[in-house]
Amino acid sequence: MALILENQELQPGIMKMTLAYQEKNVRPGQFFMLRAWDKDPLLSRPISVYDYQPGKLSFLYQVVGKGTAILKELRSGNELEIQGPYGNGFPQIDTDLLIIGGGIGIAPLFYLARDFKTKNPHKKCRAYLGFRDNPYVTEAFEAICDEVVINVGGIITDDVKTNNSETVMTCGPEIMMKAVSKIIPDSTNVYVSLEAHMACGIGACLGCSCQTKNGNKKVCKDGPVFLREEVFDV
Amino acid sequence: MSNPLMTKFNGIEFKNPVIPASGTFGFGREYEAFYDLNSLGGLCTKGLTLEARPGNNGMRLWETPAGLMNSIGLENPGMDAFIKNEWPHLKNLEAVTIINVGGKDESSYLEAIEKLNDLDVQLIELNISCPNVKAGGMAYGIKASMAEDITKKVVAVSKHPIMVKLSPNGESITDIAKACESAGATGLSLINTVQGMAIDYKKKKAVFDNLYAGLSGPAVKPIALRMAHQVCRAVNIPVMAMGGISDWQDALEFIMVGATCIQIGTVNFNHPKAAIEMIAGLEKYCHDEGLKNISEVRGII
Repeated sequence: MALILENQELQPGIMKMTLAYQEKNVRPGQFFMLRAWDKDPLLSRPISVYDYQPGKLSFLYQVVGKGTAILKELRSGNELEIQGPYGNGFPQIDTDLLIIGGGIGIAPLFYLARDFKTKNPHKKCRAYLGFRDNPYVTEAFEAICDEVVINVGGIITDDVKTNNSETVMTCGPEIMMKAVSKIIPDSTNVYVSLEAHMACGIGACLGCSCQTKNGNKKVCKDGPVFLREEVFDV
Repeated sequence: MSNPLMTKFNGIEFKNPVIPASGTFGFGREYEAFYDLNSLGGLCTKGLTLEARPGNNGMRLWETPAGLMNSIGLENPGMDAFIKNEWPHLKNLEAVTIINVGGKDESSYLEAIEKLNDLDVQLIELNISCPNVKAGGMAYGIKASMAEDITKKVVAVSKHPIMVKLSPNGESITDIAKACESAGATGLSLINTVQGMAIDYKKKKAVFDNLYAGLSGPAVKPIALRMAHQVCRAVNIPVMAMGGISDWQDALEFIMVGATCIQIGTVNFNHPKAAIEMIAGLEKYCHDEGLKNISEVRGII
């Protein structure tokens, strides 16, 4: 069980939860299975890590169904079950970093950017963040990234300008990640973080299998981060 | 003190009656992070077919109140790859490895079964009840005459004992159970998932590409319990019962209606340590009730 330090609504239906967490090292792009109920709903909820520092683990999540509605009601001092960290996470790179996020998909990109700038203070990290309406956590990105472009209500990929010295990492609606995959030149590595319905999070149920150029892969265990050419036709 | 959970299933020894069900446990590796597989009575492999299968396209999971629908479609690496990559890891376990075998037609069942003849396998689970594949699968398991026919042929070619996994979606399950018994099955397992349907009204479409899918989890438990009770009374071969078992109390209920072992499925997903907690709970129950062996309450209802 993990102790909740904070569970705050940033915008209607957008929550940030911080837990006390000592157990394991967590890499950007990994996720946890969260559970704060007994038998109903049946499954735990896979939620991406928004930020991690030794002792503290944060999630940014959107209230979409029964599970996340229960999570929203939790208060600091409450506890919940967490399992993880699961998934491969984003790879370490030796180029500059360009992150492109849409909606709640920006969640794993924050820890990615912060970790990258901590390890590579002299390299650049630029961010494009798209929101349908009220934006959130943009100041957090602005505090660590060298450049942040925010688009509200439009199409974030229309704003993207690239250069050849960057690696691209993206998370958001699949349609956005496919558009990113199309507009970024082949010479640039693009990593996409996929979302899928999953029951177990550990590779047993095969509910999140996705077709890749190298056969079926499990989003939970082999992913959620894949090279774009592995999962999208580009 | 002797182990109160020691269970014999038609001569095969299980150190306890708790067995993770096929399709919810991979080939065991994923759960080694949570406990020693040898603490289990046994485990059932993911359903294997002669050739590798990629599984179904589209949505594969859908949560329902107290249930989970799945349409995985027997995604598996194929029998040869299993024997090469997974069996070496499984064959040395103390826990009984039960190999689940499916097929799309008679010859693919028989060929897959024959490939296991050279291996030191204790028990095969013949899957004639998967609702999520178009060819074969459940087709063999919904009519007693077809179940009997395929079981007879499989028993004839297999060097290993055959347990037939039954569908709740066909003719009277007791008729199918009796047909499998007379065809030479060593035991029966039941129930596979209950066929259901889900609609996404916003998209005005069925959720699953296959239209229908298999429902599991606590939602199906009363149905499974009733069917286990009926089958245990209808046949003289042992039964491994499953269907929505999520804790030791559920497991005990199935034993009370006559099950020799129990399999646990969906709960492995939301509670990966469920199996060992169930074993501990059953042990404590035997101790608290002063039972020398769990069999003292088997079939009391």
